[in-house]
Order: sequence, then C-alpha cells, then structure tokens
Amino acid sequence: MPDTTSAADASRNAELDGEYDDAAGYYTPGEPIRDTKAPDGPVDQRWSTRKFEARLVNPANRRKLSVIIVGTGLAGASAAATLGEAGYRVKSFCYQDSPRRAHSIAAQGGINAAKNYKEDGDSTHRLFYDTVKGGDYRSRESNVYRLAEVSVNIIDQCVAQGVPFAREYGGLLDNRSFGGVQVSRTFYARGQTGQQLLIGAYQALERQVAAGTVETFTRHEMLELIVVDGKARGIVARDMVTGAIETHTADVVVLASGGYGNVFYLSTNAMGCNVTASWRAYRKGAYMGNPCYTQIHPTCIPVSGAHQSKLTLMSESLRNDGRIWVPKNKADCDKDPRDIPEEDRDYYLERIYPSFGNLVPRDIASRAAKNVCDEGRGVGPEVDGVRRGVYLDFSAAIERMGRDGIQEKYDNLFDMYERITGENPYEVPMRIYPAVHYVMGGLWVDYDLQSTIPGLFVTGEANFSDHGANRLGASALMQGLADGYFVLPHTIRDYLADGPFEHVGDDHPAVVEARESVQSRIDHFLGNNGTRSVDSYHRELGNIMWEFCGMERTEDGLKKAIDLIRTLKDDFWRNVKVLGEAETINQSLEKAGRVADFMELGELMCIDALNRRESCGGHFRGESQTEDGEALRHDDQYAYVAAWEFTGDDQPPVLHKEDLVYTAIEMKQRSYK
Amino acid sequence: MKLTLKIWRQAGPDAEGAMHTYDLDDVSEDMSFLEMLDVLNEKLIERDEEPIAFDSDCREGICGMCGLMINGDAHGPEVTTTCQLHMRSFSDGETITIEPWRADAFPVLKDLCVDRSAFDRLIASGGYISVNTGSAPEAHSVLVPRDDALRAFNVATCIGCGACVAACPNGSASLFMGAKITHLGELPQGQPERDNRVVNMVAQHDHEGFGGCTNIGQCTAACPKEIPLDVISQLNKDLRTAMRHGH
Repeated sequence: MPDTTSAADASRNAELDGEYDDAAGYYTPGEPIRDTKAPDGPVDQRWSTRKFEARLVNPANRRKLSVIIVGTGLAGASAAATLGEAGYRVKSFCYQDSPRRAHSIAAQGGINAAKNYKEDGDSTHRLFYDTVKGGDYRSRESNVYRLAEVSVNIIDQCVAQGVPFAREYGGLLDNRSFGGVQVSRTFYARGQTGQQLLIGAYQALERQVAAGTVETFTRHEMLELIVVDGKARGIVARDMVTGAIETHTADVVVLASGGYGNVFYLSTNAMGCNVTASWRAYRKGAYMGNPCYTQIHPTCIPVSGAHQSKLTLMSESLRNDGRIWVPKNKADCDKDPRDIPEEDRDYYLERIYPSFGNLVPRDIASRAAKNVCDEGRGVGPEVDGVRRGVYLDFSAAIERMGRDGIQEKYDNLFDMYERITGENPYEVPMRIYPAVHYVMGGLWVDYDLQSTIPGLFVTGEANFSDHGANRLGASALMQGLADGYFVLPHTIRDYLADGPFEHVGDDHPAVVEARESVQSRIDHFLGNNGTRSVDSYHRELGNIMWEFCGMERTEDGLKKAIDLIRTLKDDFWRNVKVLGEAETINQSLEKAGRVADFMELGELMCIDALNRRESCGGHFRGESQTEDGEALRHDDQYAYVAAWEFTGDDQPPVLHKEDLVYTAIEMKQRSYK
Repeated sequence: MKLTLKIWRQAGPDAEGAMHTYDLDDVSEDMSFLEMLDVLNEKLIERDEEPIAFDSDCREGICGMCGLMINGDAHGPEVTTTCQLHMRSFSDGETITIEPWRADAFPVLKDLCVDRSAFDRLIASGGYISVNTGSAPEAHSVLVPRDDALRAFNVATCIGCGACVAACPNGSASLFMGAKITHLGELPQGQPERDNRVVNMVAQHDHEGFGGCTNIGQCTAACPKEIPLDVISQLNKDLRTAMRHGH
C-alpha cells in the first residue's frame, strides 16, 4: 500500500508549533462542536443502531406532517419521492422549469457501490477505507461508513426503477474501475450516468405528484429561511414567473440545493447553481462546514474569450494517452503547435514528475498548468492578456494505436471537443485547462443530516459531511442518492416523531420578518439605479476567487482577496444596475440576489482557507508542501471540521472546531511515490 | 462577425409579442449561441434596455433547459442543443431570426421562455415504474439482455427539451412520449404497468393540447439526442396491444 504512516511526519509538524494563526483577526474562536447523533460502538453497527433508535411515526399521523424540500437533484428528488411514499405531505421546490433539470443530470462517470460483483476484493469496508483516504482524512468516519453500507441498496433501487445501466451479454450489470481505484465498483450508463439516475428519481417523484403526496413548485427560488422559536419552519420563495413572494411553512425543511462552485463564476456547474438557500440558512444560524474545500479538475476545455459563461469537463481518462506540453519559448505560443519542433516543447509534467508523468494527481497537474500559463507559456486564445491553456497531444498515441484505436477509445470526447472549439483534435493537439468542478464544503450537519438549526436538514452536495477534503470519482452521485433514499427518511422521522407541531401562520412575526427582508432586498436592487451589470460583478468576484482561493492559496493572497472582495461587495451594493420589474421573469434580479450571497460566501471561503495552514485534498496551501510539491497535511493541528457561525454583517464569524476521530481507520499521509 | 438579430419579445404570458431587431458587432465564432445572447444582453443593460429573457442552465447539452427556434429550426441549423450551437455555424453579416418554441401546449412566459410543465404532467401520468424505496429486489435477481438494456438506454437519453414538439407542424409530443414508453417497455421491470402506462400517457398528451402524430418526422430530425422515429411506432403498437387487452 503506497502509504507512509503519520508518525513519519512528526518532524514536519514541528514547524507548526507556536502561536501563530494566519487568520487571527478575521474570526473569533468559539466553543468546540460535536456530532451527538452518531452512536458509539463498532463502526459497522452504528447505522443499524441509529435506525433502530430513531423513533417511528404512525402512518396515520404522517399525512398530518409536512416537509419542504429545496432542490430536485439526486438528493432532493430521491428524498421527496421517498418521503412522499411514506405518506408525509411534501412540497418540492426547484428554480428550473422542471425537477428533471437539476445539475446532477450532467454527471458523466458513474456511481460506486460495494456490490463486489467482480469478486475482486471489494467490500463495504474497502469502499469506506478508500473514501476516507481519498478525502485526505478530513471526513467523518461514521458518515462515510454508512455511505458505503447503503451503496448496495442504491443500485437495487435504481435498477428496479428502470435505470438502464450498462450490462454484460449474460444480462448481469457491468462494472468498471474509476478514478484510479483498484476494484471495479462503478456502475454506469455510458457517459450519462447522472442523467439516468436523476431521471429515475424524477420519475419516482412525479409518481408521487400523481399520488398527491408531493406538490412541486418549479421556477421557484428559496430566498429566505423561516425560523420560529429556534426551529426551521419554512421558507420564503419567489415565483420566478409572476414575481410573487410566497411563504411556505412546514414542520421540517430539507435543503438539497447543491454546491456553490459558481462563486468562481467560471466552473463546470450549471449557470443557475447558487448558494442562496444555504447562505440564507447560514445567516439564520446554520453553521457552514469547511467552505474552502473545492475540487478542481485538470482537464476542462479552456476559456476562449471574455464572453465565456461556463466550462466543460473532459474526462480525465484522456491523460492516459495524451502528452501534456507547452512551448519552451514564449515566442512560440501563438504558433501552430505542429510547427513547433520536438526540442522546443516542454513536456513539463514528464520533466518535473518523471515517475508519474502525465498521470500525476489532479491537484498537481492543475497547479503545474497554472504555473506555466502564469509564466506566459500558455497556449490558445489570449483572454485578458493571458493564454490559459496547455496542449494535450495525442499525436504519439495516434502513431502508436492508429487513429481507429483512439477513435474507439475516446470518440465521443473528441467529438465534443471539436463541437465546442471548432478544432479537430485528431489533427491539432487538444487544449485543456483546470476548472472548478465540485465543492466538498457545505452546511454543517450531524449524523442525522441535521444542521445546527433544529428542523433544518441538509443533504447531498449542500452538506459538508462525506467527502472530506477531496471528492473521489463516482462518489458524489452515491452520496446524493444515499442521503435522499436511505438516510434522511430514517433520521427525519425521529425529528418528526415530536409532532404534531404548532401551526405557524403567515402573520407570525418570524414569517413577516423573513418576507420583509426578501422584499427589501428586491426593492433595493430594482431601485438602486447603478451603472454596472450583475454579471460584471460576478465575473470580477470569480477572478478574485480563482486567483487567490483557487488551485493554490497563500496567506498573502488570501488576505489580499478578502480586501478585494470587501471593496467589491461595497461597490456592488451601491452601484449594481438591475433593470425591469419584480412581477415578471427578471433574470438580472435573480442573479443579483445570488451574487450578493456569493460575495459573502467568497469572503468566508478565504477566511476558512487562511485558517487552514495545511494542504489536504483539494485545498493546497503554498506554505505547506513537501520538497516535491506534494500536499502536506498537519494532522495534529488541523484534523478538524471548521464549522463557521454567522454573527452579523461585517462581524467576524465564529470558528467552532469538530475534532475528527478515527476508530476504524488509521490516519496516514498520502504519498504518490 | 457582425450580425442582425430579429428576436421575439413578449413582456408576459398575456402580452402581445413582436419581433425586435438588434445589431451586434464583434461576435466571435468561438461563442456559443447563448453566449452571443449574453453579450447582447450586456449591451442592452448598458443602454438601459431590459435584457432578453431566455432559458438555459447546464450549457453542456444535457439538462434540456435551453431551446430556441433559430431561423425556423428548433435549436438551429445543427443537430444539437442551442447551448452547444456555436457562432461558427453562422456567417458574417447574417440576419438571424430567434423565436421561442412554438406550440399550443408550451405557452410563452416571457420573450424566449416557454412553459413546458406539460412534459412533467405527462411523466406523472405514467412515465415511471412503481417501486417504493427500500422494496427493490437485489439488482442481479432480474437479468436484462445487453441489447435490450442498450436500446432502453439509447431512447432514455431524451433530455425533455421540447424540440420535437416545437418542430412538429402538429405540435405533437409523440416522440417524447414514445421515448419514455420504449425506454420502460424494453425492460423487464417495466412490463407490469406497460398497458396502463401507454393508455394514461396518451390520454394526458391529448388533454394537454399536444397535437396528433401524422408521421411527418420533423421531430426526430430536430432531436438533439437523435431519438429515432420508431419509438412512435412502438408507442402505437403498445397502445393497440393495450386496447386488445381491454383498456
């Protein structure tokens, strides 16, 4: 096993002894936080214990209990369907025109499950082990074990729904290995696994709509959380067609509203993905866990111009056969790559990391690409004065395997590349560049997936719990469906068993206050009469985040970013221009609210990154690396979840630390040697 | 590139709409069609004109949220989604006409946005397999021949964008409905509800105001996921079978 134990790092950790704290002054230290819901005992018994201990709700009482679920991706649609089947009254909200469009639909690769159908040594424990290790020992072992445990049920459920997974000739399900894992545990439906899984969950949800247990609210955006007597009791939503500000109350609220990668403006996320639902909850008292953890993929199609609206991921499998290079001389950067002779090319990954070459881990490949572009040796179109792209060259592979060989292996990827760039990658080298793909941070939840606000549950990418500092391939889909189908329905019933709950009327002061705050934000934006468009602010924020809180973070950079964001935020509130009216579709108004929240989130992400002076998973602090440029963790200092508490506008947040304790797994330093 | 854009503008569902003409310079051929509209919108905001409302989300051809009639073609001249259509498919100096999806069952909400919730109601009427969470048998307990699984997958790739409806002179949703009926009908898990599914979905289809299918084939020609026309034959066959069974 390519690990060295953490004992060997004791000497390196010594350099961290001392009183310094990079983030001092940016936050207030708070009391430690603890997950009180996970049962003690052997890790493989905890979920059974919790399910048994969770109280039951009599079927006749369920129809008197109501649930609001925000988001209809894998986590939200599966939860809505399952709770509807159980007999609760469910209201499901999404900002898209149909639940089927949630961004889970774009996931390509596959979904893991410890079925061990290949009899190649897989097991629940191995999936658990791989996931904790892959997350760089920054996730909770109880949660991850449960995820591995229920993974097998997910496949059964999806197959029964008619999800057309790949099959072998004998009719059994096919598996592949994915993301460098040594067992074949990934179930897939060509490159569209997320789509097929989501359609399955969406159909289950629509079935409940027909049955009358679930009511859907499409083109609705949650803009505020309603908290009554310390408990989440509803949301304020805007009907994005009529502009009506609606209050919806319920006995419990579930946020399944996805990730916030769009804080970077350019990302592989859908255009509408946003942080508002989570952020409004944060401002109402839900803690935000590890917000700085961002996964960046090294193989995306680069930006082609200042007009660019989003980035498209190319499968990482391309690195198996493509060679990555840039010109040695800046003067060659605008030449046709085919005219640059071999001796003038810098195969920089092969040069710097001879043993791994082009297959170095994601974070190293990503940082190396940024470095050569920052040096001025990037290729492709110049955007804002810099060329941000490196060649991924298949000419040697085409010579070796023939064009047909490449076509068979990568055909649809080559087609997709050509469609977007207009260049034929069989003829000229592809260009790639890293892009933001997924966030592992999110609202803090306990083992029951309940946030620090009672009655507010958070599932899927919107919570922080299962991926640690890095998300492995094929694990996000697994978490979304595990939470929605198999975890939340058990834990939420324990909460609902306290019912019936007191009715909350529209005239309740907490409801009125939430409504008014939404209304006043809208009024502000529409009456501001500023001079700059919302998108221009979003782009500027994204540039700051990408530059200073992206692939590599440093103390100086993060402090600078915080200053820049504060200035930008100030200017945004005074100078943003939103035209049109509230009582109609108004996409600028929608975006203004989201960007306002992204600004605040961006600042917190920088503070979180500043506090964590270690490198782990997708978080790379320049100050914490080995001589080889590998991420260097500091387990004795940072083996905690950073849970941030909001204390007021322009007030420093409070940091609560949850110590990560491993009883079933030994913490080890990752090594790529 | 320099373009002249003729764009349908309509303030709301009940407002009267009209074509408006905009000139746009400096269009790069690397822009997607929607990014070209983003650029136009930034220019409109600069001169205090309300930006044009249009739908999009994933912008990588899979969510099905985008969809425009471009020069009379659903999603424009290429077989792809509007978000994956790039300006290199057009030429300098061209006039481009941009309209919302055209179908009675897809009323216009504003400018280029339409209401496609009829598709959700079609799925709710029967486009699923009834299996409650937690009650599923072990996945390997039911074998599915590889070719059946592949066929099911190929038609399950429908993204629900509505191009088939917009392209159809009758405004029929038969391709969308046929794709779902074929997807679930190809699999052993879909058999118990097969008759009910087709009967209920066809009834809902007609109730929503979609037109009848007269085998014109514009739907499959416009489909960005190339759903084949024979799913409609399958739909008709399943309907006949259900009727024979007394539905």
